[in-house]
Amino acid sequence: MALPGVLFFAFFALAPMVLAFYLSFTRWNGLGDPQPAGLANWRKLLSDDRLGQSLTVTVALTAVSWAFQTVISLLLGVWAAGRQRNRAVLSAIFFVPFLLSSTAISLLFYALLDPNFGIIHRDTLGTTSGAFLAIVFVGGWQFIPFHTLIYQGGARQIPEVLYQAAAIDGAGRYRQFFSITLPQLRNTATTSSVLMIVGSLTYFETVLILTQGGPGTDTAILPYLMYEAGFKSYDFGYASAVASFLVLAATALSLLMVKLSGFGAMRSTREGM
Amino acid sequence: MSHDTLSRPVRTDSAPAAERPARRRGHWSRRANPLAGAGALIWLAVVIVPIYAMISASLTHQDEALGHNALKPPSHPTLDNYNTVLHNGFGHLLWNTVLAAAGVVLIVLVLCVPLSYVAVRTRGVWSGAAFRLFLLGVAIPAQAVVVPLYLMIAKLNLYDSLLAIVLPTAAFAMPVSVLILTGTLRDISEEMYEAMALDGASTTRMLFQLVIPMAKGGISTVVIFSALQAWNGFLFPLIFTQSDGPRVLTLGLFNYVSEFGVNIPAILASVVLSGVPIFIVYLVARRALVGGLMGVGGK
Repeated sequence: MALPGVLFFAFFALAPMVLAFYLSFTRWNGLGDPQPAGLANWRKLLSDDRLGQSLTVTVALTAVSWAFQTVISLLLGVWAAGRQRNRAVLSAIFFVPFLLSSTAISLLFYALLDPNFGIIHRDTLGTTSGAFLAIVFVGGWQFIPFHTLIYQGGARQIPEVLYQAAAIDGAGRYRQFFSITLPQLRNTATTSSVLMIVGSLTYFETVLILTQGGPGTDTAILPYLMYEAGFKSYDFGYASAVASFLVLAATALSLLMVKLSGFGAMRSTREGM
Repeated sequence: MSHDTLSRPVRTDSAPAAERPARRRGHWSRRANPLAGAGALIWLAVVIVPIYAMISASLTHQDEALGHNALKPPSHPTLDNYNTVLHNGFGHLLWNTVLAAAGVVLIVLVLCVPLSYVAVRTRGVWSGAAFRLFLLGVAIPAQAVVVPLYLMIAKLNLYDSLLAIVLPTAAFAMPVSVLILTGTLRDISEEMYEAMALDGASTTRMLFQLVIPMAKGGISTVVIFSALQAWNGFLFPLIFTQSDGPRVLTLGLFNYVSEFGVNIPAILASVVLSGVPIFIVYLVARRALVGGLMGVGGK
C-alpha cells in the first residue's frame, strides 16, 4: 500500500536530484539531448566570481531572515498563547499576510517601494542594503504569521504546573520566560528554524520580482543564479551544477534536522488547538 | 480571578475539576504584560499598513497614481482597476488554480494516507527506510530539481499542461504531509487495531473504518497544507507552462506586471483579487486552518 506513494515521490523528487548531478556533467541548451561535457561546468562554476558572491548573499539572507523571523514569531507566539479575547482577534489579523501568495506579496511590496508611487519616496530597491533588507522584510512579513502559529502551538503545550511551581518559588514573569518558556520551546524552535532555513532557500519569487538579483548581482541568491543560468542563458549544464550545490546544502540540512529534532524518533505529534 | 490558577492545585476543597477544562486559562493571561501588548500592537501596524495601502491604492485612478503617496486615500475612489483585471482573464486563472489545488490535494491524500498507515503499523526495515526517505525529503528545495524536472516533463510530453504543475507540486507536498499524518496516526491506540483485527477486519477495512475517521484532524491539516502549496506555487508554473491555457493565478499576477505596465493601481487590484478567495475560505474555516497549521510545528 505504501509503494505507489514511495514510487511517485522517488520519481518526481528523488530521481531529479540524482539527475541534477548527472546533468551538471553535460552541455544542454534545453533543446535536443544533453551532451557529455566532463568537468567543464564545475570548472566554470568554481572559477566564477558570482558563485562566491551568491553563496555569501544566500547565507547572509538566510541568517538575517532567521534572526528576524525567530525573534518576532517567538515573542508573538508566546504572547498569543494566552487566551484573552483581544489576543484571539489580533492573532486572526496577524495571520492574514500568510493568505497571500509569495508572488502577490512581492508585487505588493514592489508597488509600495516604488519611488514614484509607494510609501517611502526613495529608491530603496536600487541600493544594495535597501534591496537586501527589503527581501528580509518581505519574507518575514509573509512567513512570521506561520511561525507565530507554530510557537503558539508549542507554548500552549507547556505544562501549566511548571509556571505554578515557579510562581510559588517567587519567579517573576521574565524569569519564567527565560527559565521555563524558552527551554520548553526547544523542539518547537528546531522545527520552526529548519522550516525557515529551507524556506529562505526558496525566496526565489521575492528576489525575481523585487530585485531581479540586483542591484547588479548583489541579491542573486543561489536559486536565482541557477534560474538565470538555465532559463535565461539556456546553459542548463551550468545551472545543474549550481542546483547540485543546493542539493548538497539541503541534504546536509535535513540530516541535521533529523538529528536535532524529534522527527527521527517517531514521536507522536499532538495537535496544537 | 488573578490567584485562581495559582491556588487551584493547592486547595483540596476547590471546585471539581470536571467543571473547568473547557475554559482552561493560559498562564500569561493572569496579569497584563504591557511590553508584550505594545509589541503586538506594533506588529499589528506592520501587518495592516501595507494591506490598507494596497486596498486604497487599488481604488485610485491611474492618473492620480503618479507622484501619489500610497498612504493617502484616493480622492475619487473607483472600481475601474478591478474591472480591468476581471476583463483580463482573472476568472480563467482562478479556475486553473482551483483545479490544480484540487488535483494536488487528491494525489497527496490518495498516496500519503496509506503510506503513513504502513509506516506507523509496520516495523519492518523497508517501512523504516521509506519513512526516513520522506524525512530527508522535507528539506529538498524545488529549486534544486527544477532543471532535471524540466527535462523529465518535456520527455513525458507534459510540458505546458496543468499536470506539469500538479504532479511535481504534489510530490513536494508529500514529505510534510507524511510527517503530519504519521504524527496523527501514532496517536491511535494499539488496542483499537487489535480489536478490529480480532473482528477479522482486512487492512483495507481498517484503513477506511478506523484510520481515516480517527485521523480526520491530520487529514484536514494535510488538505490545507497541500492546497496552500498549490495556491502559492510559482516556480513550477513559471518553468513548466508557457501558454494561456494552463496558466495559474501566481503566474498570471506576474504577467499582469508587463501587461499593465506602469499601471500600479491595476496591479494592486489584481493582488487584492487574488487574496479574496482564500480570505473567504479563511473566514469560513479559520479554526480548522489555523488549528491545522499549528499542528505542523508539533512539539
